[in-house]
Amino acid sequence: MLKRYRNLGLSILVILLGIFAIYLVSGVRPDVMLRSIVTSAFGSIYGLSETLTKAIPLMLCGLGLSLSFRSSVWNIGAEGQLLMGAVGATWIVLYVMPNAPKLVLIPIMFLVGAICGGIWALIPAILKVKFNLNEIIVSLMLNYIAIEFVNYLVYGPWKSPYEWGFPYSTKFPTSAQLPRILDTRIHYPTLILALILAIIIYIILYKSKLGYEIRVIGDNIDAARYAGLDIHRIILLVFLLSGGLAGLAGVGEVAGIHHRLRVASGISSGYGYTAVIVAWLGCLDPLLIILVSFLFGGLLVGGDAIQVSLGLPGATINFINSLILIFVLVQGFSNARIPSIRKRKSER
Amino acid sequence: MSFILEILKATIPAGTPLLLGALGEIYTERSGILNLGVEGMMIMGAVSAFGITAITGNVWLGVLVSAIVGGGMALIHAFNSITLKANQTLSGLSLTMLGLGLSGLIGKRYVGVPLLNKLHSLPIYGLKDIPLIGPILFDQDPLVYISYLLTFVFWFFLFNTRFGIELRSVGESPDVADSAGIDVSKIQYLAVFIGGIMAGLGGAYLSVVYAPAWIEGMTAGMGWIVLAITIFSLWRPERAILGSYLFGGIRVLQYKLQPFGISPNLLNMLPFIFTILVLMLASKEISRKRISAPSSLGIPYFREKL
Repeated sequence: MLKRYRNLGLSILVILLGIFAIYLVSGVRPDVMLRSIVTSAFGSIYGLSETLTKAIPLMLCGLGLSLSFRSSVWNIGAEGQLLMGAVGATWIVLYVMPNAPKLVLIPIMFLVGAICGGIWALIPAILKVKFNLNEIIVSLMLNYIAIEFVNYLVYGPWKSPYEWGFPYSTKFPTSAQLPRILDTRIHYPTLILALILAIIIYIILYKSKLGYEIRVIGDNIDAARYAGLDIHRIILLVFLLSGGLAGLAGVGEVAGIHHRLRVASGISSGYGYTAVIVAWLGCLDPLLIILVSFLFGGLLVGGDAIQVSLGLPGATINFINSLILIFVLVQGFSNARIPSIRKRKSER
Repeated sequence: MSFILEILKATIPAGTPLLLGALGEIYTERSGILNLGVEGMMIMGAVSAFGITAITGNVWLGVLVSAIVGGGMALIHAFNSITLKANQTLSGLSLTMLGLGLSGLIGKRYVGVPLLNKLHSLPIYGLKDIPLIGPILFDQDPLVYISYLLTFVFWFFLFNTRFGIELRSVGESPDVADSAGIDVSKIQYLAVFIGGIMAGLGGAYLSVVYAPAWIEGMTAGMGWIVLAITIFSLWRPERAILGSYLFGGIRVLQYKLQPFGISPNLLNMLPFIFTILVLMLASKEISRKRISAPSSLGIPYFREKL
């Protein structure tokens, strides 16, 4: 009990110190900054709609990551998987079936995006299972590679001749553009997809054999091994699913918002990394993750707002996000699972 | 010939931040603590070294402060993982995010600021005239020489002193070390702290010597490459030299290949693709030689379990 209060005290201290640090460095008063974040993200219909728009990729990536963290494997590559999903969708739309009707094109786009994200996630999984490579480092390296790959495409072979030299691909035909709610940027097909998938993942996790196996592996890998579970198969499957979900998020960004492929930093403002925090703050629970995504969508919107209105650098919001992750950590939300990421004792 | 010489000579400074970081991470991991926050500690080292040097004009003061800042960052991780016994993977990731965010915040005012005082290269009289290796190894800046020295010191302490034995035994089996009267937490705190100091120094080298400039996010994945080098070195300081200069060479190659019309984006992928290849090589060697990571790596030590 005492420990509980100590941890709570510590985590509040961390947040306060962090906010004080921002004040020291930038001279912006904390109350002014916080008010600016909250009002811009939640204080108007426009703000709320932007918050929801940014929550969509966080939901999809966070859901996927939660599956991986549940089974104690660390997919940190949602950023790259999202980008590869975006690349897959762009490829289908611009180079494979640009003349397909909307009802055919949109589902195929999502499908191909999910496959591309899933395959990108399978690389660290296969290397882990076959060669015992550290999946954290490999999935992170693949983020950097994916970023360079997207930039290569938009500066190189996929650069549009009609965009005055900007690093953009050609614009998507209207048949590939996702519908939005009124004049907001909420591309609702992706949102609905995310909500349905949250429910499906909830059912998989708590009502199916696979979900049971995932949870057993996450809680006690030795027990899982003695029980004769095919751990390798489940790890591969979990990575495939989590990469696929991130890939869907990428499709949503290019087809719902930008309507073209552009430089990596334009497509994703670190959604894949923020989703790591979303997944843990959501206690790896699919339904909680939906709620937490909305909160972090708001933080991203607020982050943009304080750049414009208070002149704070974009890194401020990343800093605040990291404080929240430390808060989660100190609070012990993640203490139940203590995975070791290299060879476990029993494997030697 | 002189072209190759030039590449080799440039390889050393390009690999030095990696070497410094890897030496530290080797100690950290040898004590059984996994610190994935190298990227965050390095970039905080980079921004603080640059800031202090820009303000005071004293490079060495900048370097000193970067070591303190890196060590301080590492203490956060040490507290999380040793005292609170929290999830080390997540704590390391949070440290990386913290460093990237905070350095961007602090560094905003230093973007585009030129550095008036720099470390100049200091050829060592006599040694630099050794044919072949002389001009490559001994016509560098003072921090490079310090990195040579530190590699030796780290190797010596790890394998030839009581501290080294204690460090290794804590990482292999903390319960045995504990019952032998070794203060497990103290050793681990110290090892993580040393890791942070070295990562900070690596960052300082990047911003005040190698670049020299402050660019947001300038470590650009180097912290993660350090983690790969740590594995590739099989947790031995002397082998970290090989890994670090290998990646230094890749970085030099990246610049040297640019005039040949290859897309810079594709060239930027090189170090990351190489990291994966190097990890595969290491994995092969690890299974062939039947060696392994420190046994308790990443697993919190609970004394109650004795």
